[in-house]
Amino acid sequence: MVAALGLSACGGGGDDSGGSDTLRVTLVNHVWTENIKKALPEFEQQSGLKVEVTQLGEDQLSDQYNVKLNAGSSDIDVMMYRPLQEGKLFAKNGYLTDLTDRAKEDSAFDFADFQGPPVQATTYEEKLVGIPIITEQEVLYYRKDLLQKSGFSAPPKTLDELKTMAAKVEADNPGTAGFVARTGKAAAVTQFSSFLFSFGGDFVDGSGKASVNTEQAKQAYAYYGGLLREHGPENISTDMSWSEAMAIFTQGKAAFYTEANSLYKNATDPAKSKVSDSVGFAPFPAGPAGSKPYNIPSWALGVNEGSENQANAWKFIQWAAGKDQTLAQQKGGVPGARTSVWANPEGIATYPQDLAEAIKVSTENGVGHDRPLVVKVAESREIVGQPIVDAITGKDVAGSAATANEAFQKLLDDEK
Amino acid sequence: MASLASPQPSGELTGWTRWANNNRKWLFAAPAMTFVGALIIFPLAWTIYLSLTDAEGSVRAESEFIGFANYLEVLSDTDRFWPAVLRTVGFTGVALLFEIVLGMAVALLLWRPFRGERWVRVAILLPLVATPVAVGMMWRLIFDPNIGMANQILGWVGIGPQPWLAGQHSALPTTIFIDIWQWTPMVVLILLAGLTSLSNEPDEAARVDGASAWQRFRHVTLPLLMPTVIVAILLRGIDALKTFDILYATKGRGGGSFHEVETLNVYAYGLSFDYNEYGISSTVLIIFFLIIIGSMWALTSRRKKGAQ
Repeated sequence: MVAALGLSACGGGGDDSGGSDTLRVTLVNHVWTENIKKALPEFEQQSGLKVEVTQLGEDQLSDQYNVKLNAGSSDIDVMMYRPLQEGKLFAKNGYLTDLTDRAKEDSAFDFADFQGPPVQATTYEEKLVGIPIITEQEVLYYRKDLLQKSGFSAPPKTLDELKTMAAKVEADNPGTAGFVARTGKAAAVTQFSSFLFSFGGDFVDGSGKASVNTEQAKQAYAYYGGLLREHGPENISTDMSWSEAMAIFTQGKAAFYTEANSLYKNATDPAKSKVSDSVGFAPFPAGPAGSKPYNIPSWALGVNEGSENQANAWKFIQWAAGKDQTLAQQKGGVPGARTSVWANPEGIATYPQDLAEAIKVSTENGVGHDRPLVVKVAESREIVGQPIVDAITGKDVAGSAATANEAFQKLLDDEK
Repeated sequence: MASLASPQPSGELTGWTRWANNNRKWLFAAPAMTFVGALIIFPLAWTIYLSLTDAEGSVRAESEFIGFANYLEVLSDTDRFWPAVLRTVGFTGVALLFEIVLGMAVALLLWRPFRGERWVRVAILLPLVATPVAVGMMWRLIFDPNIGMANQILGWVGIGPQPWLAGQHSALPTTIFIDIWQWTPMVVLILLAGLTSLSNEPDEAARVDGASAWQRFRHVTLPLLMPTVIVAILLRGIDALKTFDILYATKGRGGGSFHEVETLNVYAYGLSFDYNEYGISSTVLIIFFLIIIGSMWALTSRRKKGAQ
């Protein structure tokens, strides 16, 4: 490890070696961050740098970047950011430093080891602007005990089966919902995406046109909204993010739940979950187009273009996204973006076995995005998310999808 | 000679000291003026400038001066802007009405000393000292439609579950309720201060004349207290117009899936921080600023009329 650091330090820096010994790193509240904070003394000792961590919630982090990067501030060196949410905007505005040479010339870092789709998401106009550190796939969370009680021996393989089984379990257990998932307009989009892909649709078609009013998309909206309306929690709302949906599931009030695998510890940790000993995981159920969950990098590390400490910032990334740390992180429950770590039996040893298998399926069939790939992501999510909430509240899905498609096309045209 | 060299106030003033002496009113005001300039005038001027450009994506990116095009766009937007204006006015009006009426009732109760008065005062002031964001999160938990306490309690008395914050039509009234819960104590404080400073004589005179409690309140206490009531309305009104934290903490960005609690403040915030539409966002903020200035002016001019 020390040797690797020494080697790469020679290869990496040079252009701005006069940086400060204090490195300012901004991170989000995440298991990854908790793990990395525990390992930081090791890095500080090896590199002789002092790392100052600023840790914020997801929304606060985003606001902080908006203010500081807009002002051209130099007091962020390393930034943890969401490639699919802010990546394009930040890269377009020139907030992210080009890391291509640093990453590719560094043999110890072994950039070729990173999975393709995540790297694609951190690349902008052929420049590498971030290093993916956390990946996510959508899986099915379910209650083994409830399924057994209703006479099912295995989790559903298709979306049709999911609906039938949800209905049966719900009927057998009054007060328990058959299915729960996110219902907030923008929050639901990412998890809805796997349903959309599995019905054969996408947000944008092959020719770059908005396609949320295709037959497949309308079916997906109707299915997702219908499942929640008919078999969701009794007092279904349209503002649930993962925390509310997860709470319903972990309080034992739902049988099935589709969500990102990276949140699995919330369900299996006895301190957080009443159903920790009966949670099962399965690959995303297949729709008419097969099982097509998303497989995305949810977080990456980038270097602020305004930072005066870029060489040291790269040293931190080298270490934090290096093979050793990625393996340690994955053992700590955070799915990483390195192929070697997934190939290493040690890398998946700490996962529940069924979850590891589900992830394997997802990485094979996965789609590299879970929201429209545009600059104005927040706005586009609100547009394509409207038919979801309309479907949940029982409104006209086809009409809503047509309206959304028109608005989304306008947004796409504006960005050209 | 030595004694002559002692300070001679006017004769020895030269150069800088003379200048400072002549301009002392400016000199002493300078720190405050710098402060106002840097923290109020500059941001305001910058916002006005931005509202006349098509700035988006990044404030540092090139933007074009487009005159009043943003204003035309915003003022003709019946999708998000006007509903937000209506919600802002509705939220403020209803919250203010309840807060003043309730605040007056509580202040009257607390006016005369009684046993355990101190405890009651502490209990009433508790909501006031909590952070609005924490208050919002707390009520969000209580009002959760599936696992929240509010519906459980309703269940015990045989009333079916209510959607509260989750409902498209019940969300705004629920946030108004939270605002009333948190801010009525402030109105109580202001009115109580006003009540305790009133002299007892007019009230006693009315009592001697045989006026009932309601008559004394209606024709003696209330008119005397009116200036204080207007102050309370003014302070709380401006605050309520600007409410952001409670709405953001309970319904998040965009004021919910159907923008059900999106007021002007929440809308402008979303335009800036979610959509990165700095030009449009600045326009909304400037219009909002004018609305606040306008309502303040209307209230204060009424107050002057009332005083005459």
